Amino acid sequence: MSAAYELATYHSEAKPRMGFFTDTSICIGCKACEVACKEWNEVPEDGLNFTGNSYDNTGGLGADTWRHVAFVEQRLPAAPESGADSFVAAAQRRALIEEQGLDSEQVEGMRWLMASDVCKHCTNAACLEVCPTGALFRTEFGTVVVQEDVCNGCGYCVPACPFGVLDQREDDGRVWKCTLCYDRLKDDQEPACAHACPTKSIQFGPLEELHATADARLKTLQEAGEASARLYGRDESDGVGGFGAFFLLLDEPEVYGLPPDPVVTTRDLGTMWKSAAAAAGLLAAGVAGALIAGGRES
Amino acid sequence: MSGNGDQRLGPGTMTTSGTGARTPPAPLRPGDNGAGLRPVAGRATPQSYYGKPIIAEPVWSWEIPLYFFTGGLGGASAMLAAGADLTGRTTLARRAWLCALAGVGVSPPLLISDLGRPARFLNMLRMVKVTSPMSMGTWLLLGTSGATAAATANNLFGLLGPAGRIAKPVAGALGGMLTTYTAVLISDTAVPVWHEARRELPFLFAASAAASAGAAATLTTPSRHAAPARLLAAGGAAASVGVMQLMEHRLGEVGEPYSKGTPGILGRAAEACAACGAAAVAFGGRRRPAVARAGAGLLLAGAVLERWSVFRAGFASARDPKYTVGPQRARADARAG
Repeated sequence: MSAAYELATYHSEAKPRMGFFTDTSICIGCKACEVACKEWNEVPEDGLNFTGNSYDNTGGLGADTWRHVAFVEQRLPAAPESGADSFVAAAQRRALIEEQGLDSEQVEGMRWLMASDVCKHCTNAACLEVCPTGALFRTEFGTVVVQEDVCNGCGYCVPACPFGVLDQREDDGRVWKCTLCYDRLKDDQEPACAHACPTKSIQFGPLEELHATADARLKTLQEAGEASARLYGRDESDGVGGFGAFFLLLDEPEVYGLPPDPVVTTRDLGTMWKSAAAAAGLLAAGVAGALIAGGRES
Repeated sequence: MSGNGDQRLGPGTMTTSGTGARTPPAPLRPGDNGAGLRPVAGRATPQSYYGKPIIAEPVWSWEIPLYFFTGGLGGASAMLAAGADLTGRTTLARRAWLCALAGVGVSPPLLISDLGRPARFLNMLRMVKVTSPMSMGTWLLLGTSGATAAATANNLFGLLGPAGRIAKPVAGALGGMLTTYTAVLISDTAVPVWHEARRELPFLFAASAAASAGAAATLTTPSRHAAPARLLAAGGAAASVGVMQLMEHRLGEVGEPYSKGTPGILGRAAEACAACGAAAVAFGGRRRPAVARAGAGLLLAGAVLERWSVFRAGFASARDPKYTVGPQRARADARAG
């Protein structure tokens, strides 16, 4: 199963596959996306915590957090003699000097990565494939949405998601996640987070167009010396067939709390069922053996 | 690894990356190709975001591992009962059918009570979904329960005529899959210690289901009729210990949660119960029924403990990002060359 297959079931009602391109190189960590998402989707409060993890007091995606802005603080070794330096990192260091009153030695090699995480709306979505009730489904926009009037809270999608996106709302029992603002999409509106993003770090549009935008952006960044830039989830040959919501990152995915090589585990279902059938066969042989070796009833 | 989850960072006290644990200070230099600069050796410790998990811990509670036990007991008992019926062992067959009915009978309430919305349990029957082991399992459990009920009614009261007789092998066959599909259910998740054990887990569950069914029949059947049950109990227990060892060995580092912490203690207790129980059943035999029954009790306890160990290991594996990131990073690096 894949997005293309599932979209085809809509026949003439199918729309172009829509998605997000989150360009973390221009994220300023304002969390407007988190707020807009909560407001529009009436997502409950997810705890007023102080984590001490930089400016991230949200923690991570879950039932009550559908956008999560990650803050990564790094001190890198001194820039090479050649002087080649990322303009992003340079701008961040300048800001630290000007706004935090640090001197240039203290900010040497410092950079701050910010990234707004969201449901990936996978091409091969594990949550959707394992959902036994059909509550999780592929919309006509190619996005993955939970039908809250169907979900019975079995919880299977929670550990099935390779990104830890879904979770059960405790007092409610059902699972919740980003809908890519399905209601807004049906009215030709862009999702709340993308609408609120002041830097266009979150871009919404037809996935094909976003791919082209991202490719061009990556080229620009690399030409400007930001060689650590890479696209995450753009590659349709990855373990989940590519993301409907993909990213431009400036470090390894795991630095942002993202899996470096996610796979949809249902692709191994053949192996698993074969193994289960073999084990059941062996069990039958064991029972037969016990009955034979156990002798006649006396 | 990690241990950096509590590291306090402020804007004025930045340290290396979100991981803090990247000890050799040779990460990435701006303007350099990350792949070229960071040798694989430098990634001995997988990186993480403040030591936070990548995947979500399961939300399932105690009902689920208990169901793995009752489903296994019910399924394997149906198999034993069908076989005993087929070979004319009426005493053993009767007891085994009752054990099977008890096992598959308590299973649905357990599963329903674990749902976030128990009142919506019928939504499970909205569809037959081959990509969802839980959907397949629902139908499998429904089929096994129905067939077992019919077979038991036929065995006990001669009800249902030919349909009841046909139900016996059907219950046995479906019961076999009922014991092992639960391994598919948990293997088909992103939890490393479950997914990576996808080849071994069905055999582990089948072996301990055999031990459970044999033990339950040993407990309930007069000892002179229980020889096949004792063999099944001891053989299944021995096999389960062997498979557990093999599984931990084959998984290597990813399999650590099976042998560490609470799951490790539960696992060792399960193995001790299985070993002692098997020995007691074998030693007790036909002549010392009390010893054999005590051994059977140990085997049942061991089967419960083993499911609990596997269940809790999944939580430990999901919680620590190194189990998720480590193998994935190695895969990605290998692909990149």
